[in-house]
Amino acid sequence: MKNKVLNIVKDKAIWIVFIGLFIGFSMATPRFLSSNNLFTIARQVSMLGIASIGMTFVILIAGIDLSVGSIITLVNIIAAHLMVDRGFGMFAAVAVSLAIAVLVGTLNGFLVSTIGISAIIATFTTQIVFEGASYLISGGTPIYGFDERFKVIGQGYVGPVPVPVIIMIVCFALGSFILNKTYFGRYFYAVGGNEEASKLSGIRVGLVKYLVFALSGFFAGLAGIVMLSRTNSAQPTAGLGYEFDVITCVVLGGVSVSGGDGKMSNVIAGVLIIGILTNGMVLLNVSTYMQMIVKGIVLALAVGFDSIQKRRAIV
Amino acid sequence: MALYQKYVDWCGKTMEEKYILELQHIRKEYPGVVALKDVSIEVKEGEILALIGENGAGKSTLIKTCSGAVIPTSGKIVIDGKEFTHMSPQLAAENGIAIIYQEFNNVKGLSAAENLFLGNPIRKGIMIDKKAMEREAKKAFDLLNIKIKPSTLVGDLTVGYQQMIEIAKAIQQDAKVLIMDEPSAPLTTSEVESMFKVCELLRSKGVSIIYISHRLEEIYRLSDRIVVLRDGEYVKTLITKESHVDELIHLMVGRDLKESYPPRKDCINKDEIILELQNVSGNGDHNINLKLRKGEMLGLGGLVGAGRTELVQMIFGDVKKTEGKIIFNGKEINPKTPREAIDHGIALVPEDRKRHGALLEVSIKDNINMPIYKRISTASVINSKVEWETAEKYQKSLLIKTPTLHQPVKNLSGGNQQKVIIGKWLAANSELIIFDEPTRGIDVGAKFEIYKLMNELLEQGKTILLISSEMEELMGMSDRIIVLAEGHITGELTKSEFNQNTIMKMASAV
Repeated sequence: MKNKVLNIVKDKAIWIVFIGLFIGFSMATPRFLSSNNLFTIARQVSMLGIASIGMTFVILIAGIDLSVGSIITLVNIIAAHLMVDRGFGMFAAVAVSLAIAVLVGTLNGFLVSTIGISAIIATFTTQIVFEGASYLISGGTPIYGFDERFKVIGQGYVGPVPVPVIIMIVCFALGSFILNKTYFGRYFYAVGGNEEASKLSGIRVGLVKYLVFALSGFFAGLAGIVMLSRTNSAQPTAGLGYEFDVITCVVLGGVSVSGGDGKMSNVIAGVLIIGILTNGMVLLNVSTYMQMIVKGIVLALAVGFDSIQKRRAIV
Repeated sequence: MALYQKYVDWCGKTMEEKYILELQHIRKEYPGVVALKDVSIEVKEGEILALIGENGAGKSTLIKTCSGAVIPTSGKIVIDGKEFTHMSPQLAAENGIAIIYQEFNNVKGLSAAENLFLGNPIRKGIMIDKKAMEREAKKAFDLLNIKIKPSTLVGDLTVGYQQMIEIAKAIQQDAKVLIMDEPSAPLTTSEVESMFKVCELLRSKGVSIIYISHRLEEIYRLSDRIVVLRDGEYVKTLITKESHVDELIHLMVGRDLKESYPPRKDCINKDEIILELQNVSGNGDHNINLKLRKGEMLGLGGLVGAGRTELVQMIFGDVKKTEGKIIFNGKEINPKTPREAIDHGIALVPEDRKRHGALLEVSIKDNINMPIYKRISTASVINSKVEWETAEKYQKSLLIKTPTLHQPVKNLSGGNQQKVIIGKWLAANSELIIFDEPTRGIDVGAKFEIYKLMNELLEQGKTILLISSEMEELMGMSDRIIVLAEGHITGELTKSEFNQNTIMKMASAV
């Protein structure tokens, strides 16, 4: 019984941290708790949340995707380019740029699965390629001047709820569904836990890797579309360094970097923690540089906690 | 008379003093198993002592007590008159004990000379003195008659020469006793011959060698004396020249068959060939021909490294064969992935249960359903009712002991883990089930249960290919045995012909 309680506490530890931070910031600054600010936080984390779903899958199979930030940029630039310079309609532009996001994700899958490059190196190289492509298409200057309706995706509201928050919630529901109800989800856990045994159980491990990286590309692309609509202008530096925040959220959410272990619900908590941490520090006038230091420490703590638990399990 | 007695005493004494290494009453216990029981051996100065025994006889454990990798539970190690209760790698090196492992301890990007002085380079101030090292290396190689240019990168050398460098390194560090664990396994025939020459040269210089090998011909070619181990016990020491291969084999396997095996009725369907291999080659195997009838249990005998696991890897689509045909259920199949083999109805219960067999972190339910998830899903969504029913069905029929099917497999005992793996293949509706060392690391009671389960599978019309290195198990369970040695089939025995000596002889290819 005691063990059971302990396990539940362990499982929900991340939510306890979230509540603690929430209360802490509420007491530190009265502006934090205003309903306006809470929706701002939700809207701010929406892109992070959407991108973290794909990253969760990747890390579950013991991989990593460093190209997420550059895929976000690429989608920003391509969608804007199509709408502004090529006369594409808004829906066509979104569809084409999402398809390209899936394609470049599949390219990561190809490098990791078929060629056999380690995920960290493969996505590190594609990150540079995608960034270069973004500069090439945009000529290094921002692209703007979209259809008014396009703003709805990032800036619109349904009642009091911002549209990007709704997109994020739908995506989390979808991610959770893939992970828990479809057979792919079972494969992700299996492959991350033990690739060789998975193969010998009849799982086509190579295909699973393709799928996971393609999904990561898709969710990064979707985050890119939301970002483009919010900022209303495509910057060639839009997603610079974004993968770092995404990885922090996922690892903070308890997804083990060694693969095979993690829950979508806890990743949501990871995303929210990063959200309120950033927002709270801004409200408290913490400098941007200091914020970077804090986030770095948070990532180190999360990974360190995971490593210590893994070591205990082995002993 | 007195003088003669004195002379005899003197001889006796020197003989005794000439033991460079003695292991006295070594015992090693692991939880639940005794790996070594009161084993004593002596190594004379300047002799080649062969250490032989079946798989699991305790050879490796014994030599690891000399290197410090294994701490004996009791017993003494005496090196040149100095007594130790246990060794450490440093102590072993300081006292002149060196082991040549099968995996070489070298750095491929450094030269032969630099490897020779790895961790202990010759220096000039803070700089490494390359010239001096190459000069010294040349001397060391010349001493052993090894023709290697000291400046060659080790990565560019053949396996045979890499091994020579390992030997030279040991000699360079003043090794008095060289322990070689299956040194000929990675070598070509001509490389083996060169290695023998080096061994003989070392012997003539007074270095003692403990030589472990499965290949009996090598032992007769090289050794002075042979120590036989069996089931962790010392059996006998033979003078090589005075012994005969048959006697040796008898000593290696000559145990009483004591364990009983559950009886089963004859399930063999004589007319129906389920699996046929025609001239299958690849993955280290050559020209394998065999037929397996429906309802039969065919045993594959042989020593570790004989190519049995390699053969089933090709049947299961894990490694591609290079030549030959695999005919399954009358049709030629060519599985390129385990998935394809599974879809044909072939299953593998692998040797390494924890690394290859079960998904340890994953629940029992998911493990059982893993091969069939795609089949029980509609539009990718798992039918969770079928999923649970399948898991419960096999938990009941295989008597998997667990409070809940949510339990990760790592929390189960070895026997129950094995049952989960078997359950997975029953769920996948496999016809041919390949068992690779199915009872390794499983306690006696659970072993018997696994045997009964295998019998039940045959009675249900399944067919079994059994790989086992336990002679008793192989003979107790199989309907027929095919023996492999070094990638070739060396013999086939029907049940009435089963005999430990014959099998061992075939497995040693003598």
